[in-house]
Amino acid sequence: MHKHNSNKALDSKLNAVSMSIKQSIKNLDSYTHVRGKSLYVDDVNIRQGTFHAVVFDSPKAHGHIKHIDYSKAEALEGVVRIFTYKDIPGKNQIGGIIPDEPLFAEDEVHFWGMPIALIVAETEFIARKARSLIDIDIEELPVITRAKQAKAKGSFINAPRSFSLGDTEKGFAACDYIFEGETFSNGQEHLYIEAQGAYAEPLENGNIKITSSTQGPTAVQKTTAQVLGVAMHKIEVDVTRLGGGFGGKEDQATPWAVMAALATYHLNQSVKLILNRHDDLRMTGKRHPYESTYKIGLSKDLKILAYEAEFLQNSGAAADLSPAIAERTLFHATNSYFVPNVETTVISCKTNLPPNTAFRGFGGPQGMFVIESAIAKAAHEIGVTPRQIQEANLLDENDTFSYGQIAKQVEAKNTWNSATAIYNIEALEQEVEDFNKQHSDFKKGLALMPITFGISFTNTPMNHARALVHIYLDGSVGISTAAVEMGQGVNTKMMQIAAQVFSIPIEHIKIETTNTTRVANTSPSAASSTADLNGKATLKACNALLQRLIQVASEDLDVSEDTIELKDGFVYCNGKKSELSWTTLISKTMLKRVALTENAHYATPEIHFDKTKEKGHPFAYHVYGTAIITTTVDCTRGTYEFDSVKIVHDYGKSMSEGIDLGQVEGALAQGIGWMTMEEIAYNDDGKLLSNALSTYKIPDIFSVPKEVEVIPVETKGHDLAILKSKAVGEPPLMYGIGAYFAIQNAIKAFNPNYNLKFHAPMTPEKVLLSLYDNQPI
Amino acid sequence: MITFILNNKTIRTTEHSGMTLLDFVRYEQRLTGTKIGCREGDCGACTVLVGTLSQNSMTYQSITSCISPLGNAHGKHIVTVEGTNLKDKLTKAQEAMKANYATQCGFCTPGFVVALTGFALSNSEHNYNTALDAISGNICRCTGYKAIEKAAYQLVDNLENQDKHTVNWLINNEFIPDYFETIPQRIKDIEAKDFNQPQGKFVSGGTDLYVQQADHLADNEVHLIAAKDKLKGITIEDKNCTIGANSTVSDLWNHAEINSYFPKLKQHLKLVSSEQIRNMASFGGNLVNASPIGDMTIFFLALNSDVTISNDHGNERTMPLKHFYQGYKTYDLNDGELIKSIHFKLPTNSTFFNFEKVCKRTHLDIASVNSAIHLTIENNNISEAHVSIGGVAAIPKYLHETSTFLIGKPLTSETVINANAVLQDEIAPISDVRGTSDYKRLLGRQLFFAHFTALFPKQFTLNDFVQHA
Repeated sequence: MHKHNSNKALDSKLNAVSMSIKQSIKNLDSYTHVRGKSLYVDDVNIRQGTFHAVVFDSPKAHGHIKHIDYSKAEALEGVVRIFTYKDIPGKNQIGGIIPDEPLFAEDEVHFWGMPIALIVAETEFIARKARSLIDIDIEELPVITRAKQAKAKGSFINAPRSFSLGDTEKGFAACDYIFEGETFSNGQEHLYIEAQGAYAEPLENGNIKITSSTQGPTAVQKTTAQVLGVAMHKIEVDVTRLGGGFGGKEDQATPWAVMAALATYHLNQSVKLILNRHDDLRMTGKRHPYESTYKIGLSKDLKILAYEAEFLQNSGAAADLSPAIAERTLFHATNSYFVPNVETTVISCKTNLPPNTAFRGFGGPQGMFVIESAIAKAAHEIGVTPRQIQEANLLDENDTFSYGQIAKQVEAKNTWNSATAIYNIEALEQEVEDFNKQHSDFKKGLALMPITFGISFTNTPMNHARALVHIYLDGSVGISTAAVEMGQGVNTKMMQIAAQVFSIPIEHIKIETTNTTRVANTSPSAASSTADLNGKATLKACNALLQRLIQVASEDLDVSEDTIELKDGFVYCNGKKSELSWTTLISKTMLKRVALTENAHYATPEIHFDKTKEKGHPFAYHVYGTAIITTTVDCTRGTYEFDSVKIVHDYGKSMSEGIDLGQVEGALAQGIGWMTMEEIAYNDDGKLLSNALSTYKIPDIFSVPKEVEVIPVETKGHDLAILKSKAVGEPPLMYGIGAYFAIQNAIKAFNPNYNLKFHAPMTPEKVLLSLYDNQPI
Repeated sequence: MITFILNNKTIRTTEHSGMTLLDFVRYEQRLTGTKIGCREGDCGACTVLVGTLSQNSMTYQSITSCISPLGNAHGKHIVTVEGTNLKDKLTKAQEAMKANYATQCGFCTPGFVVALTGFALSNSEHNYNTALDAISGNICRCTGYKAIEKAAYQLVDNLENQDKHTVNWLINNEFIPDYFETIPQRIKDIEAKDFNQPQGKFVSGGTDLYVQQADHLADNEVHLIAAKDKLKGITIEDKNCTIGANSTVSDLWNHAEINSYFPKLKQHLKLVSSEQIRNMASFGGNLVNASPIGDMTIFFLALNSDVTISNDHGNERTMPLKHFYQGYKTYDLNDGELIKSIHFKLPTNSTFFNFEKVCKRTHLDIASVNSAIHLTIENNNISEAHVSIGGVAAIPKYLHETSTFLIGKPLTSETVINANAVLQDEIAPISDVRGTSDYKRLLGRQLFFAHFTALFPKQFTLNDFVQHA
């Protein structure tokens, strides 16, 4: 009886389904978010007797550990145990791509903040107090903090990589203009507001469950198993959601989870390890700083005929994801431009900084900054606007990228032409010019920033995902995938897919936690591909289930399958609503012993890449767009504001317009932050100076552009994008690069004698010093 | 025993008064909606409301609970995000955040919701600008804020452009749950007598001490003075202003008469900190923090303020603030002494005051250089001048030489340019994370020039002071 009632309630709700899901749905997590009821790793109800852990890390950037005295710390009341590399039963190794990173330092330390030991105590407070009682004696070794220093000393992570197209020697020989120069782009702190953390619990038989704030549950599982010397099936990793990731929790969520699990392994007790902000800032890697050189050659009609660049990546003390990030720098070195002769090289330089890691854009932004700098320099020297050079070289259909992929369904010119037409670029430029004529104490600057960003993991084998879809016997649906929700709205997108296929309200679909026991051997939620890969798998699973349901319905109604569709919670036959509701259909399917569970696997077709030739077709598709950024510089104070950012963006056919707009706006703010106020500072000893939120500033509500306008480009979308809705996570970050050049143009308007410098971020300090370049105070 | 109301529940606790309110709320009460982002008041993820009873009604202010001592909650109503929740539906602030896609990862969201709820409860004017001020201390890394702006504007629209609403109106219109109605009486009933204050470090708002030494304060005795009324209050008498050392920056912000004397006061104070911090930070704390870039210290130095210092025995002494500082983080204050109040002459028709501050991020950041000036002009001649500057010396600096130089000079660009030469000799900036010494020198000059272009826009433009093409 009870069951019957609930089915009836469900059916009546099903009748009220609005199928215009795309417009009407909000981020489905928002209800619990705004009520403070969403659970993050530090919110999980902990078991009685849980211990708390704090990491003891190196107070020097490079040296031999001569002696460590833990005795005072161990003697402190409430301290349970201190773990070091000696307590590792398996391998003291957490390197993902290259095995070059110990979990805990053994005899040497390689960066300031390198974990040496784990202090486990009854409370975090006690553990922190114990940490201050540890004495360490380190014999210091020379410290490398910059990529150039590393190169000079021959300190590298791996062999350099080079992409090549055409013949640059011949290309330069045909040029009317050739310019060379240097650029620098600094690192960037992820500053997910939720710091890194994990919670490990002992299960029976020595099994361990880890709740982790990670983008890569499988990486956590695999690495934990390796360090503990146990089989992967003994480790379960579960992720509810992340309080921000941005790449910072792709690889670098792992050590904290492994440490908590190590303590649990030994103590058979739950252990929680949440980094406090200072520890997180000091111990974790950031976006890679790049020191680069370029050579650009143009013809009289401003065609870029040849381009060479050498990128020195400051990789930090271990490989982490640096080789993959370096590779993406090469993939995006020519941004949205077709250049017939290209020679680019990237060198991952080993330094004594924390291992730098993934950050939204993954090396792409660093590559794009260099070619945009080269264009700005060329325009300045030739006496044209950068826009003229950009416009003359935009990618076209069937152009070849330097890595051999042929550009298809190219929207570079479409977004550029739409942006310049819709927003009337001539009028905008005129406004800036007029303003600058009328004002001496404030100057405006404008810049355009086109973007082209490849979608797929560039490591082809990673482009796969699975979805496990259950339809429960009351008609409710549970979906497990490899996707980790970190604010990007992927859970909402997964629900939309199922709701659309089954034509039931999204309230009846639940996205389960991301768990390695339900969906195994997964790629991390990264590379903007999470919704595509997991969405395609979910779609496949839902369609398989739908096919079975239609079969059952056709038998039940005694009509042919091709006349049947599921719509608004009912079976429709030849477009007419039948009596058969979703819930009744599910019951009947169950009674017929037809499976209501499907596990689907999706692997991106068409893609391949041959690293021995550095050629192939690594991307499922590209995302395009064009931004126009306008800034006003206060020439008295050296400060700036962004008046507007006007964008035409290639969403494909957006499946969730509100969510996708949020991704564009958020990425843009991050990109602008990277180019303006966010300044990572290490001293020559390798100590992080920007070590707190008081010294590392990310954009606040007053510093983002006053106006952000985003118009979708007219396009038919791409079949390899989920529901033709293109990936949106990373590409818009690179619109922010335009901020640098907009400010630079305003500086030029004030100080025509200013020597162009390409040294990001453009802090108020650099602005003021540039405004008054070479003037006595 | 510390006694207060947390959301809808009366709390009596013997926990250490120096523990942070955040730790108490999250880990003792398991109200995990209040998030930990930075533990230094710089992100707002831990924002809660503090309600204070005055004249039978409650006044609510937002604070960052991570740098607030638990003892300061005594006798108050503390509201976390859970305490704003209605049963089975969203409040107006929550609905605005949801409807506008203003939440992505959700980690900063409770802080925004609480700050916006505090805004709805506040007596301040409700417009789009004040709504943004209310969330100026909340950092979001996901959204880029445009959606949050829209949410804030929607909330303002929901408030129907009225400046003040009764608690009943807010309850009936789903801004807050109905238990708020019962709070004033319950606060009266709990009779929060002063709890026993141990001897120990004096702590007022805690906004600096808890950033520097939270663990130490949580582990040692602290003497909380924020509730001491005799150290509070802003009084104006005979064109002189006295500010109790315990007054907060918000007390000054909200003081109508002071605002009439300093028309740009809010603009200046907006540069100082976020609303959450302004609600806690005391002037006395800013002075004894002795940071070389203390914003309010620079402000009061240019007003040629005096400070009155009292000791345990009730003895008092008064001295000019400009003689208070002796070296880096050292000053003329003996054991057992407290700054009691700050005094300065209010501006007149012939006086001009300006404050400038530049940092990496315009708002909620620590200055690279800050500066203030107070000039008296008679017949286009400078008859009195006080200039202060921060970030260019070991102490917040009163520029004796520069000020003296200006006195008696005509108000011309030549005077300003020559005074800068004096200023440059008086400062000695060092390179640090806030800028190189060259930058700070240049910025010092520029802010000095900015005082004159800001105060006398008809007389001076930037071109009068600097050469460029």
